[in-house]
Amino acid sequence: MYGALWRILPGPWWVRVLILAVVVAALLFVCVQWVFPALDLMIAPTDSTVES
Amino acid sequence: MGERRGGAGTARRSRRRRLSVVGVLGEIFITAGVFTLLFLGWQLWLNDIIVGNEMRDQSEHQSALWQGNASTAEEDPSPPTPDEPPVADKPGSSGEVFALMIVPRFGKNFYTPIAEGVGTTQVLNRGEIGHYPTSSLPGEVGNFAVAAHRTSFGKPFNNIANLRVGDHIYIETADGWYQYGFRNLEYVRPTGVGVLLPVPQNDGATPGDRILTMTSCNPLFSAAERIIAYSVYETFYPRTEGPPAEIAGTVLVGD
Repeated sequence: MYGALWRILPGPWWVRVLILAVVVAALLFVCVQWVFPALDLMIAPTDSTVES
Repeated sequence: MGERRGGAGTARRSRRRRLSVVGVLGEIFITAGVFTLLFLGWQLWLNDIIVGNEMRDQSEHQSALWQGNASTAEEDPSPPTPDEPPVADKPGSSGEVFALMIVPRFGKNFYTPIAEGVGTTQVLNRGEIGHYPTSSLPGEVGNFAVAAHRTSFGKPFNNIANLRVGDHIYIETADGWYQYGFRNLEYVRPTGVGVLLPVPQNDGATPGDRILTMTSCNPLFSAAERIIAYSVYETFYPRTEGPPAEIAGTVLVGD
């Protein structure tokens, strides 16, 4: 999977590293901004109040 | 890239392709593992720091706003006394920040807004402390009850179990600082609404004290029970006289 990705990317090795760094940064941003908060709501205990 | 040339390279590539099902599966597992670790790092560490700083900034901003209003306000003809502190104004709408909490035991950086209502998405999950709308207000005889998360979402009440008898809890409003002294902890079921009564766990009793009740989840990372911290009003510091020395490092006013 990652091997194939590396072969598909164009250019010399440092261009590929650069492209991958940008892609990883974008993925991390999407995770922190939207994916993790949504997951947190499903996993973390959200009840700190008392109610009848 | 010599191995790309000729028959050896073709053999290598075809061998790779034969391994690819297991290989791709393995890579997916590794990716899932990395994703999980990243999420845990975010949930247990990074996000609490981010949210905590946001809450601190919001509190400083709110405090500066009140300080600005107080300096232009007219002199109060009947200044409040520690025995008869002013009662905080009833917040207009749910979600409105009407007070701030400072707890030296929770660290110098703990400075968190208290908003009206205990809605999860509207208040608590933003990292704020929520005020039970039916409970009293700061300075009012009765029970001023608030709730906040103990883990995740900024975890304002993470150290609630570390409070020691006599620890000071300060509630800042437009008027000044209410000082409460921590008295005891109690553990109840999630339905234990008796903790919100004007005299906690004593239905029908006539309140004489000004109580502060903090509720959060218990045990850590669970919602099976609730941990309750009771404090009793001790004194009041008017805004015009500045914050008490104990919290001067947290509250930066009048610079």
